[in-house]
Amino acid sequence: MARKISMKQAINEALDLEMTRDPTVIVMGEDIVGGTGSPGEDDAWGGVLGVTKGLHAKHGDRLMDTPLSESAYIGAAIGAATCGLRPVAELMFIDFMGVCFDQIFNQAAKFRYMFGGKAETPVVIRAMVGAGFRAAAQHSQMLTPIFTHIPGVKVVCPSNAYDAKGLLIQSIRDNDPVIFCEHKNLYGLECDVPAESYAIPFGEANVLRDGDDVTIVSYGLTVHRAMEAAEALAKEKVEAEVIDLRTLSPIDWDTVIDSVERTGRLVVVDEAHPRCSIASDVAAFVGQNAFGALKAGVQMVTAPHVPVPFSPVLEDLYIPNAAAIADAARRTLAPTGTSPRSIAA
Amino acid sequence: MTENPFPLSRDDLLKAYRIMRTIREFEERLHIDFAKGDIPGFVHLYAGEEASAAGIMMHLKDNDRIASTHRGHGHCIAKGVDVHEMMAEIYGRSTGACRGKGGSMHIADLSKGMMGANGILGAGAPLVCGAALAAKVRGDGGVGISFVGDGASNQGTFLESLNLAAVWNLPAIFVVENNGYAESTARDWAVAVDSYIDRASGFGLPGVTVDGTDFFAVYEAAGEIIRRAREGGGPALLECNMVRFYGHFEGDAQTYRAKGEVEAIRASRDCIKIFAERVIEAGVIPRAELEAIDRQVLDLIEDAVRAARGAPLPAPAELLTDVYVAY
Amino acid sequence: MHTERIKPIVMPKWGLSMSEGKITGWLKQPGSTVNVGDDLLEVETDKITNVVEAGDAGTLRRVLAEPGNVYPVKSLIAVLADPDVPDAEVDAFVAGFAVPKGDDEEGGEESSPQYLFADTPAGTLRYAKRGDGNRTVLLVHGFGGDLDNWLFNIDALAEKATVYALDLPGHGQSTKAIADPSLAGLSAALRGFMDTVGIGSAHLVGHSMGGAVSMQTALDAPDRVDSLALIASAGLGREINHAYIQGFVAATGRRDLKPVLEQLFADTGLVSRQLVEDLLKYKRLDGVDGALRALSGALFTNGEQARVLAADVAGTGKPTLVVWGQEDRIIPAAHATALGSGSRTEVIPNAGHMVQMEAAGTVNALLKEHIGK
Repeated sequence: MARKISMKQAINEALDLEMTRDPTVIVMGEDIVGGTGSPGEDDAWGGVLGVTKGLHAKHGDRLMDTPLSESAYIGAAIGAATCGLRPVAELMFIDFMGVCFDQIFNQAAKFRYMFGGKAETPVVIRAMVGAGFRAAAQHSQMLTPIFTHIPGVKVVCPSNAYDAKGLLIQSIRDNDPVIFCEHKNLYGLECDVPAESYAIPFGEANVLRDGDDVTIVSYGLTVHRAMEAAEALAKEKVEAEVIDLRTLSPIDWDTVIDSVERTGRLVVVDEAHPRCSIASDVAAFVGQNAFGALKAGVQMVTAPHVPVPFSPVLEDLYIPNAAAIADAARRTLAPTGTSPRSIAA
Repeated sequence: MTENPFPLSRDDLLKAYRIMRTIREFEERLHIDFAKGDIPGFVHLYAGEEASAAGIMMHLKDNDRIASTHRGHGHCIAKGVDVHEMMAEIYGRSTGACRGKGGSMHIADLSKGMMGANGILGAGAPLVCGAALAAKVRGDGGVGISFVGDGASNQGTFLESLNLAAVWNLPAIFVVENNGYAESTARDWAVAVDSYIDRASGFGLPGVTVDGTDFFAVYEAAGEIIRRAREGGGPALLECNMVRFYGHFEGDAQTYRAKGEVEAIRASRDCIKIFAERVIEAGVIPRAELEAIDRQVLDLIEDAVRAARGAPLPAPAELLTDVYVAY
Repeated sequence: MHTERIKPIVMPKWGLSMSEGKITGWLKQPGSTVNVGDDLLEVETDKITNVVEAGDAGTLRRVLAEPGNVYPVKSLIAVLADPDVPDAEVDAFVAGFAVPKGDDEEGGEESSPQYLFADTPAGTLRYAKRGDGNRTVLLVHGFGGDLDNWLFNIDALAEKATVYALDLPGHGQSTKAIADPSLAGLSAALRGFMDTVGIGSAHLVGHSMGGAVSMQTALDAPDRVDSLALIASAGLGREINHAYIQGFVAATGRRDLKPVLEQLFADTGLVSRQLVEDLLKYKRLDGVDGALRALSGALFTNGEQARVLAADVAGTGKPTLVVWGQEDRIIPAAHATALGSGSRTEVIPNAGHMVQMEAAGTVNALLKEHIGK
């Protein structure tokens, strides 16, 4: 039965259920148990934000703390995946992928193709994404587009607890490498989540709100900003359809195209930087495949082309907000010729 | 026949010789055919280094995993990958080990425990930690063996893996195939320590250095390390000092090598010659029997080349398949 | 709370999750006379649009809620009063109206939990219980359904009976394990539920597959069944829309499930985004796919219904009501006459397979009359 739990609890529950169901599921990462080898409490942390708290007591050595050594343990997770385990490796902050990227994009992503379809690499790499944590340039990035660029990995970024649980269970059961992006500012957000196991298929966007006037496409935290914008627009009698992509690779083009063909207007919201982003990807795809349906130029609302700043006043300006999204929607609705040039922030 | 003084049975001695001779002929043939322009891309030949692959792999079973390097043909053959499939792969044919999608630097056969040659230097070491972890979790007594050259021994992935394997006490073995050159750069210039034993002890694991042109030295050292790992004794490092008969890649003019160096090592440090002389001298295997194997191997390689050249190229649709299990 | 001469009309609460409703239109104008059962207005929730019927009689003195606007459940949306009640008194009533405390708070007027769970021999089954009348009614949903299929019926029936609605094994929030996916197996699970919650006998109201389960129960345990009400019921003929069954079982996403669900209603506009999403959430649960495949394999083999119980049920002599939506696209309305003259038969126009939702008022009236007999 369903009850309200946070996204953090939902992720913990998905790991717990899958470890219980399948003895080949192992979990590794820096401080995911916490305190290993230290004189104090065992299971001291359960991850830096406590996402894996309590799992060590239940599943023992199948949860492994690692040295601070991302290349080695992310590679080990990938190697173990080719040898019959289903490892879930926590990279902590996705920003750290810079030190282990080879193992993800040259190894895990390419085994199946390079080896002529004879390899399976069912590894999940969990990592926190996103700004708003006052964590500055190296702990706050939304690096999803870097992974969607690479054939052979799948990229998931849930916006709520229900999706996080179902998508993580699917990620663990999936036979391909999955980059599972968890927005740290959504960890505390609660919604109804069934206690049972369930898997949400990849490539199935969620339509959060119906509307015939403008389509707003997003994923992760900015889905909530898009919903706020849609409520503001509704007061102006503008009904926005809000689409949460949920998975970025594969991506549900059909739902986006169907919606744009009905509304004729598109705003894409992405917490990543504007260049070669999810936003520019969606804009390009719609431009190529639904140009005839468009009544106005596609608007992108993204973070600016700058690193994530530290000072709260600057960071708050950095993150796409509801007002900017609503303004972008209004630009698509302005009579032709009066629309101000979109500023790619 | 006199008594066998070697730690291998007569049959195993013949098997080891056949492995080394197969590697040698495979590489010599590629050297010729590559020069003729028959083979796409570029290849890195293992000729001269055969005793390392054979001496280690003679101890392994299919559930033991190895991760190889860009210079991977020898490891593949010694681990049991089909020679016909390897040759077809190098020719880019659909009958290749990787259906023509991997080529020389990515030959793999997971069913044989061969996790792949690798175009990224040092990348195999973390993967082998994972293979060793899987063996440890399953408790099946398997080991993982990572090969690096002296060049890749400077990679962070390799050094991190030494530590991870030691911390997790994994049945992982790190083999440094030291042929004196990181591409064109001398090992003695690029590696600051004189001995890899020092490097191993810096990470808290035992290290052993052997003459990599002496099959029996490699075999005995590897046997001890592998036995220890299987029994839960943890990881170790094995340095094989060896020689490279050809350049870094085919077409390398090797102007960085000393004049006469290659001729000298071919004359005095050819691991197959050394092996043959030992077993013949000991009276365990007559020369004629080895020569019979030589002829069989030549026929095998000739047949593999003929089959590869006649094999179908990948169909255009193959471009888009095998990216995901399901997408 | 209110005088007998002034009666509030409030935003209804249909099911656990409804917190607010949108007025789509008034069907009565201010000043008009209203009789009990008259259609008053249409309300759209995030799940479905439905008509609100008058529960009291009187003159519609005030219409407070405007079409297009959203109001919380139990908020005052109109006022009925006798014609001779002074305007000032009506206005005072409006001004003084207080929304009753919600169900969530202990001791409220609906203090019992919306959903209960029973550990039965067939596993844990979810159910709802309403009312405390002498008669006992048990509502049995159809293939792929759950107790919320009775959203618009359960409270109406509870006015004069103790009403139970359950999730059959494999459905809703009940166990997903089905030991025996045959009608006999489902009937045994139903009787096990009755044993567990202490129902000796009940008026069984079955929809679709639930109708066949109810009939099977009347045959296997006639003393447990007071009467049968069969709504768009299976088990009365061979034909069934097998493409629907296959489509429902196979669908994994919104885009393939929605057109399947549209076949359930005469008015396909009733299939909202939320209805589709709720069913997807059910279908994604571990075990559901296997349960649905087992049931469809056992009950709807070779493109038709495996069992026809009409002749046997006609012979039991149980009072039987058969209700169908004329535009049923799952099981043809022609099956409504399968029991012959021994049963009452009503075919309702402009309604499809989910007739108890699409024509809830009519169906509720029929059921109340049938159970009251």
